[in-house]
Amino acid sequence: MEDGLKDIIDDLDSLKRSLPDPSLQASVLQLRLRVENLTRMAKSGPVGRPKVKDMSAEVVDSNPYSRLMALQRMGIVENYERIRDFSVAIVGVGGVGSVAAEMLTRCGIGRLLLYDYDKVELANMNRLFFRPEQAGMTKTDAAVQTLSDINPDVVLESYTFNITTVQGFETFMSSLRNKSFCPSKEGSGVDLVLSCVDNYEARMAVNQACNELNQTWMESGVSEDAVSGHIQLLIPGETACFACAPPLVVASGVDERTLKREGVCAASLPTTMGVVAGLLVQNTLKFLLNFGNVSPYLGYNSLKDFFPTMEMKPNPQCSNAVCLERQKEYVLAKPARDAAAKAKMEAEMSSITECPLHDDNEWNISVVDDNEVHTAGVPSADALPEGLTRELPSADEFEKSLAPGTDASVDDLENLRRQLEALNAD
Amino acid sequence: MEGWDPNTKSTLTQIPLLSTKAGPRDGTAWTQRLKEEYKSLIAYTQMNKSNDNDWFRISAANPEGTRWTGKCWYVHNLLKYEFDLQFDIPVTYPSTSPELELPEIDGKTQKMYRGGKICLTIHFKPLWAKNCPRFGIAHALCLGLAPWLAAEIPILVDSGMIKHKDDVSSTSEC
Repeated sequence: MEDGLKDIIDDLDSLKRSLPDPSLQASVLQLRLRVENLTRMAKSGPVGRPKVKDMSAEVVDSNPYSRLMALQRMGIVENYERIRDFSVAIVGVGGVGSVAAEMLTRCGIGRLLLYDYDKVELANMNRLFFRPEQAGMTKTDAAVQTLSDINPDVVLESYTFNITTVQGFETFMSSLRNKSFCPSKEGSGVDLVLSCVDNYEARMAVNQACNELNQTWMESGVSEDAVSGHIQLLIPGETACFACAPPLVVASGVDERTLKREGVCAASLPTTMGVVAGLLVQNTLKFLLNFGNVSPYLGYNSLKDFFPTMEMKPNPQCSNAVCLERQKEYVLAKPARDAAAKAKMEAEMSSITECPLHDDNEWNISVVDDNEVHTAGVPSADALPEGLTRELPSADEFEKSLAPGTDASVDDLENLRRQLEALNAD
Repeated sequence: MEGWDPNTKSTLTQIPLLSTKAGPRDGTAWTQRLKEEYKSLIAYTQMNKSNDNDWFRISAANPEGTRWTGKCWYVHNLLKYEFDLQFDIPVTYPSTSPELELPEIDGKTQKMYRGGKICLTIHFKPLWAKNCPRFGIAHALCLGLAPWLAAEIPILVDSGMIKHKDDVSSTSEC
């Protein structure tokens, strides 16, 4: 484009020289000035910054990380630069996922894996991130285009397929297992999976993958009426998995399966989606960089500005077999966990030098153990208050596996297939 | 099952239930499930034929039985409207139901997700979830696709969104 503009200037110059009539000189000069302006604008247009090798805390206008590195000086984060070692997978690059991806990109995350099979549509423009001129592109391509401009230091990988199909799921699993970015890492190749999808099937697929890989993940969601949302931390075996207790059942008594999806015109707001993406990425940063408390579940009700939090234990009768396996592993690892916690406590205790809490005790105040007074009245954890009974038996037998078909002799798969084809033929 | 017509209810009770809870990644257990799927599909197809209510053809498009293709049709005002039918068995099957697709009418109705996946959310998915793993493909067709066709096709035809194939060819001849 710059070359083209330069040619025009040259043409104008030669035109000016060859013009016999001096009265036209002024307008030619004006044209030349306008082209020069355009050249300047073209030069100052979007130029990406070069990659940065090390994150610097130096406070200069040209340092993209100065404000983030200041988190260390403020005593919030011990070592911010660790963020470059982390990989985060974002499943679903829609209203929440795309904004979460932008936030992590601006924070300088090491690697982002983006999964989505949809295309950008003009109907998405009421949400953040995507631009109208990207309509028709796949969401993953459009996201990579924008994100790599914003921060070229982030390694971006885009995957465009449906993770709920058998083949898509296998590719999804192997992309999570791939450890080429950080070969020394234990477990899978990513540090966290963020589920930002809009339907039950995809959430169940993410749940299945993370249970199998023993991969910690966070789930997010916005209600179809666009006025509430939630985020949830899922650690296989330790907290409830998605099949243990779908979050909406807990939050509002609505069956998660009755949730509608975007295609059948659910409402959406950039505000609610932005808030939920913000909550999700904040929890992600706390989890990765080890500061503050990582919320196990955080709801958002925008009509009342109510933010409920809670913890959910795994369901010992969960329908997901891998979840039960992880639960067993977690229980078996309890002695090791207790020992580690005790050692940590002792280390902390020994660092505090012992001295009497108060030097004098003018009123002879003493602390009395009140255990004996109350123990008789304290019910065991399982007991119910007087007047309440359980509707269902408390020790329900785990769902017996239904007896598989016993008449194996008659049902050869090929034979059955032929039978159906024969019926289909006429 | 409140709100379902007695016909559908009686048909449903005659489709054999399945018992193996297995998805396409479960090896031999999936083969067992696939056999049960075939048995219930065969029984349902036979039943439809004997009741003069034949309305679909479906067969596995790959040896693993994870992709299915075929046709379904609906008769409205004595005219038969036929559509391609396809779906994948999701990895989390049978916890999640198959997403039935009618790609030819993608974009013609609001009661559909992208790619021609019919909306099963309200009328079928809670039912499927409650009956997991006893419902299979035959049940999804009987309780998911059949009521969707009955509700949507008349509207689509009357509003001119879909035309009968004879109408299309006669207009092109003119």
